Amino acid sequence: MALLQTLLLRMITTAVTLLGVAVIVFFVIRVVPGNPIAMMLPPGATAEDIATLTAIYGLDKSIPQQFLIWAGGVLQGDFGTSITLKQPVLALVLGRLPATLELSVLALGMAILIGGAAALTGTRLRETRVEGGIDIAQGVALSVPDFLWGLVLILVFGVLVPVFQISGRVTPSLQLPFVTDFYLVESVVRLRFDLTLDLLSHMLLPALALAIPLAAIIGQLLKQSLKETMHLDYVTLARTQGYSEAKVIWSQALPNAILPTLTLVGVQFTFLIGGTVIIERLFSYEGLGNMAIDAVINRDLPLIQGIVILFAVIFTGVNLLVDLTYAALNPRLRHG
Amino acid sequence: MSFLEVRNLSARVKGGGPLLRDVSLTVEVGEVRGLVGESGAGKSMIGKAVLGILPKAVEITGGQIVLDGTDLLTLPPAARRVKVGASCALIPQDPLTALNPSRRIGVQITDRLVDILGWTRQRAEDRALALLTEVQITDPARVLRQYPHELSGGMRQRILIASAFAAEPKLIVADEPTTALDVTVQKQILKLIAALQARHGTALLFVTHDLGVVSKVCQNLSVLYAGKVVEDSTVADFFGAPKHPYSAALLAATPKYTDPSAGLQPVPDAVIAAVRAEVEHG
Ligand SMILES: Nc1ncnc2c1ncn2[C@@H]1O[C@H](COP(=O)(O)OP(=O)(O)O)[C@@H](O)[C@H]1O
Ligand SMILES: [Mg+2]
Repeated sequence: MALLQTLLLRMITTAVTLLGVAVIVFFVIRVVPGNPIAMMLPPGATAEDIATLTAIYGLDKSIPQQFLIWAGGVLQGDFGTSITLKQPVLALVLGRLPATLELSVLALGMAILIGGAAALTGTRLRETRVEGGIDIAQGVALSVPDFLWGLVLILVFGVLVPVFQISGRVTPSLQLPFVTDFYLVESVVRLRFDLTLDLLSHMLLPALALAIPLAAIIGQLLKQSLKETMHLDYVTLARTQGYSEAKVIWSQALPNAILPTLTLVGVQFTFLIGGTVIIERLFSYEGLGNMAIDAVINRDLPLIQGIVILFAVIFTGVNLLVDLTYAALNPRLRHG
Repeated sequence: MSFLEVRNLSARVKGGGPLLRDVSLTVEVGEVRGLVGESGAGKSMIGKAVLGILPKAVEITGGQIVLDGTDLLTLPPAARRVKVGASCALIPQDPLTALNPSRRIGVQITDRLVDILGWTRQRAEDRALALLTEVQITDPARVLRQYPHELSGGMRQRILIASAFAAEPKLIVADEPTTALDVTVQKQILKLIAALQARHGTALLFVTHDLGVVSKVCQNLSVLYAGKVVEDSTVADFFGAPKHPYSAALLAATPKYTDPSAGLQPVPDAVIAAVRAEVEHG
């Protein structure tokens, strides 16, 4: 009952949020300087040419009018047509989304693995030099932003010791049997592990660049909660029962210490997705973020609008997912 | 024969002053020994030293903890853990924090029977059910499926008592097991521990600051002051004629169940000064 109410409330707030984002973005990208039509035409185009094309794209109308037209289209599933790519925005955006999702989720997985391992090791070896070393490494990881990690990784693993690919999503000469745009997932499903390897060797460095700062945040917070939990009476009780220190950390402390980290991971994951914009550019990875930068450079208003809305949908979706997971994991919330 | 023999145990805070000074005490098979003393005397430290859960900041500087013929302090950590886990148990002070909030009651009792002692899941579950019945919990099957926050403090302490007795340990350390409970519940829990102890023949090291409790459940007691045992006697001798002046003063400061309104004497400063001097220089 309470859960249903919460869910309903969340859906309403989500809808309002999305509408707000749509309105703000729509107006902002139209008042900043830069004319998409002028950029499409060759130099020396006449004023009539510009006026004609402007009218074709509806940019001669007032901004509120444009918005109503756009919103009317959206309600029927039409997000407009890209000015530069001359294709429906929705198809373009949905075509690129899988690449970005795969990269983000891979990065998230790496961040959780690295951060989790650091936190568990640091807790097991707390108050030793190992913990000190982990703390220092995390401090360094945090003080450098993801795109700089991207440059460092390109330099080290792409140039000095070229073991990984630093450009693109997949080797262009390969024959791809895929019917969806989820290449990584589909390569695994089709048991084409040669392709999986090729995809991973392209994705590893950008994913790592995105993962490093998040791994440090996860590692710090999780270790802190774990260490606090290790003093609690039920953990001490488990020790008297014959459990080893490692087992105590894993099965007694971790399930309780993980909740605050989980909330944080949700928020940070949305930042990570935001980070894909620059990282995809850096690694020429054909995802949504890379497309967003092209769209902004070309003042492709409908495309920018579509991408931003999609990002907003992802962000709110992730937040909802985190809240639901939190409720599922915490028995005190579950039983109200 | 002594099941537990603590010999000349000394401990201190790392880089600090002593916490335990040359502590010796024994708990015979099936005996209930009270460990009394004012707050901060080091009672819990002794229990923790035996169970191997001393805080990291505390180090043992000398002595032996002989459990069933083996000095625990000479065992490697893993062997010690297994030995203590198989033959000892703890009834903790605060039932509100001693159960894992995110796990059901059932697995909190059965898990270590299966994981550590190698029981089958079925046997452990049957055992948990029987024990909850024994600690007078109604509808035990239901309680086993509940989470700690759904239960009262008294219920949780019953569960922890049941869990302590689950593997038929030879020795249970009860660290002020009723202090955190309502007064009305305290008596029931005390009776329950005494009854289970008698039925199972478990040796009990009963940590408390309440002499009234000692007179009810213990056969022998050790009086601790500032980390030193100042008196070791039978309950009958102690309440008849305490040997140490500090014990006598402690007794005079304890309300009598027969006559709670009788005038209480706070422990005189002179007695405190004398015992402090004795402990620190003797
Ligand atoms: N984690 C700790 N680190 C250092 N000293 C401690 C710690 N816990 C308790 N102490 C000190 O040890 C002494 C004995 O504590 P404790 O055994 O808990 O007393 P009590 O007799 O009340 O159970 C106290 O003086 C306390 O200040
Ligand atoms: Mg204590």
